[in-house]
Amino acid sequence: MNLLVTSSPHIHSGRTTSRLMADVLLALIPAVLAGCYFFGLRAAILMVVSIASCKIAEFLWCAVRRQPHTLRDCSAAVTGLLLALTLPVSVPYWVPVVGGFFAMIVVKGLGGGLGQNTFNPALAARALLVLLFPAVMTRFAPVGTAISSASMSVDMVSAATPLHHMVMPELPNVSLLDAFLGNLPGSIGEVSALALLIGGAYLVIRKVISLRIPVAYLATVAVLTLIFNKGQDPVLWMAYNLLCGGVLLGAIFMATDYATSPVTPLGQMVYGVGCGVLTVVFRYFGLFPEGVTYAILLMNACAWALDRITPPRRFTSLPGGTK
Amino acid sequence: MMKKPFWGGIHPKGNKSLSRGGDLPELQPQQVVLPMIQHIGAACTPLVQVGDMVKRGQKIGDGSGVCAPIHASVSGRVLAVEPRPHPSGRDVLSVVIENDYLDTHDETMMRYMDHKDLEPNAILQIIRDAGIVGMGGATFPTDVKAFSAIGKVDCVLLNACECEPYITADDTLICRFPQQVRGGALVLQWALKPERTVIAIEDNKPEAIAVLKETIKPEDNIEIIVLPTRYPQGAEKQLIQAVTGRLVPAGALPAAVGCAVFNVATAAAVQRAVYDGMPITRRVVTVTGDGVLTPRNFLVPIGTSFGDTIHAAGGLLDGVKKVISGGPMMGFAQKNLDAPVLKGTNAILCLKHGNETPENPTCIRCARCVSVCPMHLQPLYLYRYTKLGRVPQMDKFHLMDCIECGCCSYICPGQLPLVQTIREGKKLWKEANAK
Repeated sequence: MNLLVTSSPHIHSGRTTSRLMADVLLALIPAVLAGCYFFGLRAAILMVVSIASCKIAEFLWCAVRRQPHTLRDCSAAVTGLLLALTLPVSVPYWVPVVGGFFAMIVVKGLGGGLGQNTFNPALAARALLVLLFPAVMTRFAPVGTAISSASMSVDMVSAATPLHHMVMPELPNVSLLDAFLGNLPGSIGEVSALALLIGGAYLVIRKVISLRIPVAYLATVAVLTLIFNKGQDPVLWMAYNLLCGGVLLGAIFMATDYATSPVTPLGQMVYGVGCGVLTVVFRYFGLFPEGVTYAILLMNACAWALDRITPPRRFTSLPGGTK
Repeated sequence: MMKKPFWGGIHPKGNKSLSRGGDLPELQPQQVVLPMIQHIGAACTPLVQVGDMVKRGQKIGDGSGVCAPIHASVSGRVLAVEPRPHPSGRDVLSVVIENDYLDTHDETMMRYMDHKDLEPNAILQIIRDAGIVGMGGATFPTDVKAFSAIGKVDCVLLNACECEPYITADDTLICRFPQQVRGGALVLQWALKPERTVIAIEDNKPEAIAVLKETIKPEDNIEIIVLPTRYPQGAEKQLIQAVTGRLVPAGALPAAVGCAVFNVATAAAVQRAVYDGMPITRRVVTVTGDGVLTPRNFLVPIGTSFGDTIHAAGGLLDGVKKVISGGPMMGFAQKNLDAPVLKGTNAILCLKHGNETPENPTCIRCARCVSVCPMHLQPLYLYRYTKLGRVPQMDKFHLMDCIECGCCSYICPGQLPLVQTIREGKKLWKEANAK
């Protein structure tokens, strides 16, 4: 008789980290398909290059640190795919390579590894790329342009994104339906609100994420843009603010990143509101038309502090504790 | 009456149909081993010597203070009084009795026709004499619990939730002996004089609910409250919260919020003690899991070894990795099958999977442990500060509030041994605060 003696509990839900990450990858499929549909083969190649870069970077990092490699947990693939989705389709192929290595080695690896990094690796990499290579990172192909996938970089005339119009300020020159479906200039993964919402619904139904952060984020953006509207039509102004740019991608897939968001329910709501406020502030007053990346990164830095100041109410301190 | 939920909790696979139903055979072991510790509190001192003949129900061990006496569960001869394996993993002084299969009963305890002839204190004395402890697994002496509740409670709760997966012992008890449950409830109601007497049961036991509704008479003034199935619905604090909305402060007894909670099997034992004059000598035990041939329930004499009990269920299957005393969430893994069934042993669970902690469990800060913790704790930080040995931080995060239900470890995608580490943290905390 050789029985195993361990401390209880003796059962597990079976939903491990790698399965959750696989769910995130599944949830990104609509956005991936939309990106490929609107931007063509080059978008797909950028995604593959980005994922491969992140995987290789993580493998090298683990090898150098003599840690067991963690490729099976899929988190490198998630980071790689998210990074690619934030890029304009016209960037040279080496851009995601630089971004992927920075994300996995500097942001995640030096940040303490899986679950310990302060900043979202994909967003931090994007922030670095925007600072280093502003020319290629802020050049968006006009809708319907044939983009070569064979050459390293693409020469083309840049189109103004809806957010460029909104800086003017004026309502963008795309229909609300096109903005919803994704038929507009922008980063590969951010254009189709429909695809992102389908992915978000999947994550919520599968209980991979809770609604707190995305709803707090989007509601804050909605309320602020409705109140401080700059258009002729406040509701339209709000709708374009929600559908255009990276808000949906950020609220559903970036701000909900486990490692870099708070764990307490109240903390998550405050965090979502913070992301929303900063996004609108950056869009209204910032150097670039878009502010999602920097809004979330700033809130990332507050995640642990938010946990500290928003502990769950102690069991005994709720009302009804006495007879 | 609106049912107020508790925060958090989990929905593990119930696996109760494995062992539910069928008849309830009574085991007749060749010998029983009766450890002198079967309850929370002081150990008993043996009252018999090797060679003595004992009858079923005869007191063979007793002690003072918070303590419940131990009774012979079969009639026969005392073979040994010596340390023997105990489900806790230690060896504990035990009385070993060889069964003579005559089943002669000890007649020391009185049989009463009506509990209303008894004063509350007399009922408590009967409960003590019968060695009754919390039979849901907590094994706190019932007379001590009831004494602390007299005059202080307006709500007596009978716990039939049985929220641990796999176990169907209370379910079976209710279906087989509903009059014992009703009788015990009425005795406790008479002793404690609450405004409300509630039997709380989870909605995954439709047969037991139907039997209870049939058995309980309107004039009994007993409510049957059906709660949604969610672990740990049967934990004392969560049950009180769900039924009354009251929250038991950390370190306090349920009486602090006017409640007293008894397991239904405890209530049934009270009925047998008062009306049959029979101390605890048998209990319903679920033998179940994917590692045993025919999962089912037995009426088991206290002291029957795990091995004999499992043998009666057809024996272990190849590939069994764990045998657990109790349920999968809070039970104790056994290193062998030598330990005996105690008063608080509601199940013997045989599992083919070990649920081992992986080599590098990693927290990804997914917040699941926070959202499932029914005590509103943040297990990931308790884990972190226990690993770092920081006692002040343990206090700040209310480590000692943990009820060790195991929801956090169950849900953790990184498979961190959260509750296991928190238990270590409690030891650290106690050492630090003892200085």
